[in-house]
Amino acid sequence: MLDLANYSSIGAALKDAMERFAAEVCLIESDREREKQRLTYREFNVRALSLTRAMQDAGFAPGDRASIIMTNQPKWLISAFAIFYSGGVLVPLDYKLTPAEQWQLLQHSKAKILITEYPIWRQLSTAPGRATAPSLQTVLVSEAPPNADLAGAQGWEEFRGSVAPTLVPRERKDLASIVYSSGTGGRPKGCMMTHENYLQQCVALTSLYPFWPGVRYLSILPTNHAIDFMVGFFGPFTCGACVVHLRTLRPEFVREAFMRYKITYVSLVPLVLKNLQKGLQARFAELPTGKRKVFNALVAVNKSLTKSHPRLWLSRRLLKQVHAAFGGELQAIIVGGAFTEPQTLQFFYDLGIPVANGYGLTEAGTAITVNDLKPFRADTVGKPLPGMEVKIVDPASDGVGEVYVRSKTVMSGYLNEPELTAETIVDGWLRTGDLGKFDAQGHLHLSGRKKNMIVTEEGKNIYPEDIEAAFESLPAKEVKEFCVFAANYIWPKRSMLGEQLIIVIHLENNQLLTDQLQQEIIQRNHRLLNYKRIHGLVLHEEDFPRTASLKIKRNELAERLSKLDRDRVILPL
Amino acid sequence: MPTLEQTTQEVLNLASTHFKLAPGTLAPEDDFFKKLGIDSLQTLELLSRIENHFNIELPDYEVQGVSDFKTLAERIQSRL
Repeated sequence: MLDLANYSSIGAALKDAMERFAAEVCLIESDREREKQRLTYREFNVRALSLTRAMQDAGFAPGDRASIIMTNQPKWLISAFAIFYSGGVLVPLDYKLTPAEQWQLLQHSKAKILITEYPIWRQLSTAPGRATAPSLQTVLVSEAPPNADLAGAQGWEEFRGSVAPTLVPRERKDLASIVYSSGTGGRPKGCMMTHENYLQQCVALTSLYPFWPGVRYLSILPTNHAIDFMVGFFGPFTCGACVVHLRTLRPEFVREAFMRYKITYVSLVPLVLKNLQKGLQARFAELPTGKRKVFNALVAVNKSLTKSHPRLWLSRRLLKQVHAAFGGELQAIIVGGAFTEPQTLQFFYDLGIPVANGYGLTEAGTAITVNDLKPFRADTVGKPLPGMEVKIVDPASDGVGEVYVRSKTVMSGYLNEPELTAETIVDGWLRTGDLGKFDAQGHLHLSGRKKNMIVTEEGKNIYPEDIEAAFESLPAKEVKEFCVFAANYIWPKRSMLGEQLIIVIHLENNQLLTDQLQQEIIQRNHRLLNYKRIHGLVLHEEDFPRTASLKIKRNELAERLSKLDRDRVILPL
Repeated sequence: MPTLEQTTQEVLNLASTHFKLAPGTLAPEDDFFKKLGIDSLQTLELLSRIENHFNIELPDYEVQGVSDFKTLAERIQSRL
């Protein structure tokens, strides 16, 4: 791999990667059973430089911001390269957000260029909100049908410059990207990540899970997510590896891709990993009794021989069919975005498939701890990565306290939120809001949250404040005030699983919870994306505590509610 | 070409069969995440079945954000 200590920016490192690994394949794009394209680093470079030049000619200057809203595909990475090469700041946005949410973040980030796909732009351009993002000057749209109305945008494919662009140097401390860790409610949290953050994180991660030319990484998690950006773009590209994109993420095509491309690494969220486990368990259960006994015996042998560390060559021979289904060359599954149940991790490890389980936050620059497989531990989230200082603050009698992190990978702050930044980064230490403790072997165990938010099994961070807009303007005659909470924030649980949101409602005097009101709440809840929905309702009979500026004092209200019996007061929706 | 109502009915029948529900349990306006208690991955499996049945390809972006049978049937109808 490139020695990243010698580089001061992502753009400079990528430039050298293009020259160093010119003949290697860097991207494969597949749609169902059809391979759409395959690019070497040399070919990638030609396309990326031409886009870069056109962006520079259009006035995209160093420090300017450009947003990408695309599904995982080669044009995402080509566009990101062009942004970094120009000394710009990347604003990667989730393509699954609603148009209103995307406009809000485009406005908040002050992006000058938007790079997107036609189906996304079709929705975005017809939704209200464009006037709220006056900084946006250029919109590039890929894969538009011939003669399509681009509503003022330009075709990505035609946006090309003819002369070589200039690499704009950046310093390590300069802003590289703005990554939204949440925040489609009133207060978007745009994490300002520097070039230093990414260069350091890449060195730390690849020291445990290396890439090299020939490695094929299957990119499934959205690339705007910190994990895929690192292990599905910057990491493999600085090592000459190849990234495989699938345009259709149906399980049968994902399964096929493992075999066809002999995938080396893949990143998954816990929900998908668990589904994979269920599928495999169902297939094992269908084996005839005799075969099942032999299979179970082989799993037991593999388990005992890989106790101290993985022996991939041995596992691949012992459990040939299982490994063949994954392509036969899988080194590890990287799981992240949310907490994974130990039994799921153990299930895969027993089959000889290591799962790189870890813990991280966008604010900390992707991963904080990762399992180093020496030996594999399903019960922890691993040890701190090289360069990470992790401490437990204010531990209770059982050793559990808040996890604080200090590292060169920690963001420089939240965009336009100095107060929130000052609350989050104290004396150089990032307060994670997560609770945990270290064991004697230096492994971190997570055991709950201190902050008012939940993380779903799909790896989505949900902040209650972001959900409240869906319930605004509930009939004022009936509802005096309401507030959404993470249930575990009110009633702390020593668990990272099964987190739920609840809505606390204070009805007007003499009002009762009518069927009609309950239906209204249910209907509004259904309008939210499934992973954002609230699970229960709590009726509160007193006025909510408020500040002088009439904001709800959430902590105080939570404290008040915590005295109630959780199981009794929550009415399931 | 079938009407939108017929397509909707076929989608409901396919979903009932796939998730082993009695016929008539599902309605066009039902939110399939809630009604079937399924996650996004299981929805993708249902989509594959629907594609095979109607002999069409539904790109992932076309079904992005869709959560009720009626809208799903409309997206299918536009590709028949």
